[in-house]
Amino acid sequence: MIRDTTIGAKLWAAAVWATVGFFILNLLAMIGTVVTSSFATRWLGTWLPAGWTTRWYTSAWSEFQLWDVLIVTFQVIGAVVFISGALGVTAAYALARRDFPGKRLLVLLFLLPLLIPPMTFGIPLATVLYQTGLAGTFWGVVAANLVPTVPFVILVMIPFIEQIDPKVEAAARVFGANTFKLFIYVLLPLLLPGILAALLLVLVRTIAMFELTFLVAGPTSQTLVVALYYAVFAAGVRAVQSIDAMAVIYMVTTLIWLIIALRFVNPTQIVTRAKQQPAH
Amino acid sequence: MDAVAHAPAVEHGPSLRQRLAARGFDAVTLLVIPAAIFSLLLFVYPFAFGFVLSFEPKAGGDWLANYRRFFSDPFLYETIAKTLWLAIPVTLVNLLLAIPIAFRVRLMRNQRLLTTLLVLPITLGTVLVAEGLLNYLGPQGWFNRTLMTFGLISQPLKLVHNYWGVFASLVITGFPFTFLLTLSYVTGIDPALEQAAATLGASAWQRFRHVYLPLLMPGLAITFCLSFVQAFSVFPSAVLLGEPAGPTRVISIAAAQAAFEEYDYSMGSAIAMIMGFVQLGIVVAVLASRGLFYRGPASGAKG
Amino acid sequence: MTIALSQFDEVRLDRVSRDFGALNALRDVSLTIRRGEFIALLGPSGCGKSTTLNCIAGLLPVTGGAIWLDRNRVDTLRPEERGFGMVFQNYALFPHLNVRQNIGFGLKMRGRPKAEIDRKVNEALDLVRLRGQENKLPGQLSGGQQQRVAIARAIVIEPPLVLMDEPLSNLDAKLRLEMRAEIRRIHNELGATTIYVTHDQDEALSLADRIVVLRDGVVRQVGAPKELYEAPAHFDVADFMGFRNKLKGKVVAIEGDRTVLDVEGARISGVARERVSVGSTAYAAIRSDDLEVGEAGPNAIAATVDTIEYRGREFVGTAHSAGGLDFVFRSHVPVELGSRIHLRTEDERILVFAEPVQGRQ
Repeated sequence: MIRDTTIGAKLWAAAVWATVGFFILNLLAMIGTVVTSSFATRWLGTWLPAGWTTRWYTSAWSEFQLWDVLIVTFQVIGAVVFISGALGVTAAYALARRDFPGKRLLVLLFLLPLLIPPMTFGIPLATVLYQTGLAGTFWGVVAANLVPTVPFVILVMIPFIEQIDPKVEAAARVFGANTFKLFIYVLLPLLLPGILAALLLVLVRTIAMFELTFLVAGPTSQTLVVALYYAVFAAGVRAVQSIDAMAVIYMVTTLIWLIIALRFVNPTQIVTRAKQQPAH
Repeated sequence: MDAVAHAPAVEHGPSLRQRLAARGFDAVTLLVIPAAIFSLLLFVYPFAFGFVLSFEPKAGGDWLANYRRFFSDPFLYETIAKTLWLAIPVTLVNLLLAIPIAFRVRLMRNQRLLTTLLVLPITLGTVLVAEGLLNYLGPQGWFNRTLMTFGLISQPLKLVHNYWGVFASLVITGFPFTFLLTLSYVTGIDPALEQAAATLGASAWQRFRHVYLPLLMPGLAITFCLSFVQAFSVFPSAVLLGEPAGPTRVISIAAAQAAFEEYDYSMGSAIAMIMGFVQLGIVVAVLASRGLFYRGPASGAKG
Repeated sequence: MTIALSQFDEVRLDRVSRDFGALNALRDVSLTIRRGEFIALLGPSGCGKSTTLNCIAGLLPVTGGAIWLDRNRVDTLRPEERGFGMVFQNYALFPHLNVRQNIGFGLKMRGRPKAEIDRKVNEALDLVRLRGQENKLPGQLSGGQQQRVAIARAIVIEPPLVLMDEPLSNLDAKLRLEMRAEIRRIHNELGATTIYVTHDQDEALSLADRIVVLRDGVVRQVGAPKELYEAPAHFDVADFMGFRNKLKGKVVAIEGDRTVLDVEGARISGVARERVSVGSTAYAAIRSDDLEVGEAGPNAIAATVDTIEYRGREFVGTAHSAGGLDFVFRSHVPVELGSRIHLRTEDERILVFAEPVQGRQ
């Protein structure tokens, strides 16, 4: 790698790093504002609050019925992770191992929900779900959230499965494994790291998936992020600190899973889906 | 899962099963069916349904009534311009910041801390960022306080409940996304190409202009499209941080209001279709210009 | 007019060092390369040969010493200011530029007029015999053709020095031989001063005017191919030059230019290449070609045959001695597996080296 040592190059580098630093500083300060406010007794017109308290957490917990919301959130996420894993991994296996007419069209079909923003396809999707009566129910929320996650699992798993030599499977067959044993003893252990990574990414993305849940959720099927939106939307009704306490609870649930996920995946995978394919 | 029973083999020639297998259809291929059905049911069908529904106005009238209403009511058609006025500058700012930073970060040995910090806003999502910025950029927030302490301003800047609040939130969530995509394209280019250019007498700027930029163009075009589409569909921060009745009444707000406040699903679908077509139009325009550039692999040797 | 290379007298590396981690470091590499010379840097992977080349090209900074082009110090210059031509291991052809644009890249960067670029690129195309391919992209070329483009691109800028970093390592065996001859031909036609990095001693022996053997970032020996082949100065250089039989023993006598070792009771006498003293441990190094089946007597050692392979004109076998030494030998007649034989050679075919100091020296 060529490192330039002229004055101009050094100034340029300094400017670039200053921009990065400015961005991260603001990001952390923004998060810090929320956390500080959630512990504040009164915070008006000063750098730091007048005093510290944890009572907003108890009040937010009861005001927003966070226990119920958290249970719904994790039920939704659990269902989404399980179903998208089952549908996604099987489809990815077929797409990675077989070439058949219409395969490119099918891959495009799976790519589209990831490229089109949820708001665009969410409105017609919500309309259909309202007409079938699924909207507002638990399964309606799960179904809407599956639309981008199933393709996500497929596209993460295809390159992962492709890099496993098919001769390994052939060898297992030669040594007498039937389809079931092949799956249990050979494929599953080989695929497990990829499945784990894909599902953790699905989990992190689903906690933060606002638009689709917002469009189809009813009062009893709200997830945490939608509840937070309504709380901020109706700001003024409740104390700011109470909303911030809820935001901190949301952040903690998200970040715990993010930290777990980052033990298994590279942070860039949250954005770029596995290895970049050369642009053709 | 095993192959479903096919028609019994004909007397001569290969069986149907063998003929299908020869074309790539066998038991393994069938594994794709559940996901395909799912996708048809929950993605293709709603889109088609919404498309048809948008031509069946709730209030009656001819099939184009929804679209005619959209393009004759300034409260509706101006949402396109307002959304573009947010999405295009934000995307350009994010991309122009991302390119030099990606080139710098590529040289870093340990990028993980930085990338982890950058995925934070993506992971936290737009709602939390909106909530945080509401405090942070507010008249009493730390941002304005710091500027006033340094004497840069005397009055707090109005940064929330207007265009700039939404702009800031789109930079906070959009920049990391754009940057990480750009970084993956930049690191995909073989560094030996830059070294070769250097030994051939190319200065740092010439190396960027003649080697990196042409190889990056296709990736940058894709990055622009993905970032733009995200910004164009901005919703929660436009409501929470902007002026949802004024300058930041973006197209998603119009669609959501029509569908879920006026219960006019037909109009809501029509607006969603218009939103999709504007996005598609920009993406097609950008990707078409991609045809002007080299699009092969970005490494020196083949294979 | 033909491609005329810049005129200069010598390139001098003056105690060039690079401290950077344990691997690929250089220590006090000094070397003078005269105009028109073809120098091979030879050594196992990680010996510092590519590091040396990258330091000369300016792609890696040196941490000590200096590089001189006649009286101009070049190690402080940026790579684009040095004007050396370089051929990369993976060719590093610009994938978005066609053959003509790739070759003309360096001239374009120098802002030369288009007519001059065209003329010189045409000459370079003729030199590497790529006429007719000039509008193809690198991805459409075979490995050998890509190699030719890389060479043309490096020499068309008329550099004082051409640097080649294992240019043949990505080619298959047959093409490698062809391109080796091609590189030699181009060198003969242009007389370009060349530094050529390789780990393959055949390549170095057949191409170079002088060979520099590197190990652990230190120059071990510099000399003409014949000199290195016949008289390696150190044990590790001998190892690299195909002395596969290494007999560990004790020095029992030094008689003129003959040094006598006791190897498992047998007397082995050879030519000492390093200073040894009576009573010290030393190694006798013998090429497998020189070790033959013979009679018991001086310079013969008893061994048991482990394998024997037919190689066309002769047999090549492996054997071991009672003390656990391993041998590779040749034979004109088949020998029985497991049979006891005596392996012997002439005095002048045996080189005696002191025991190498462990670790880096």
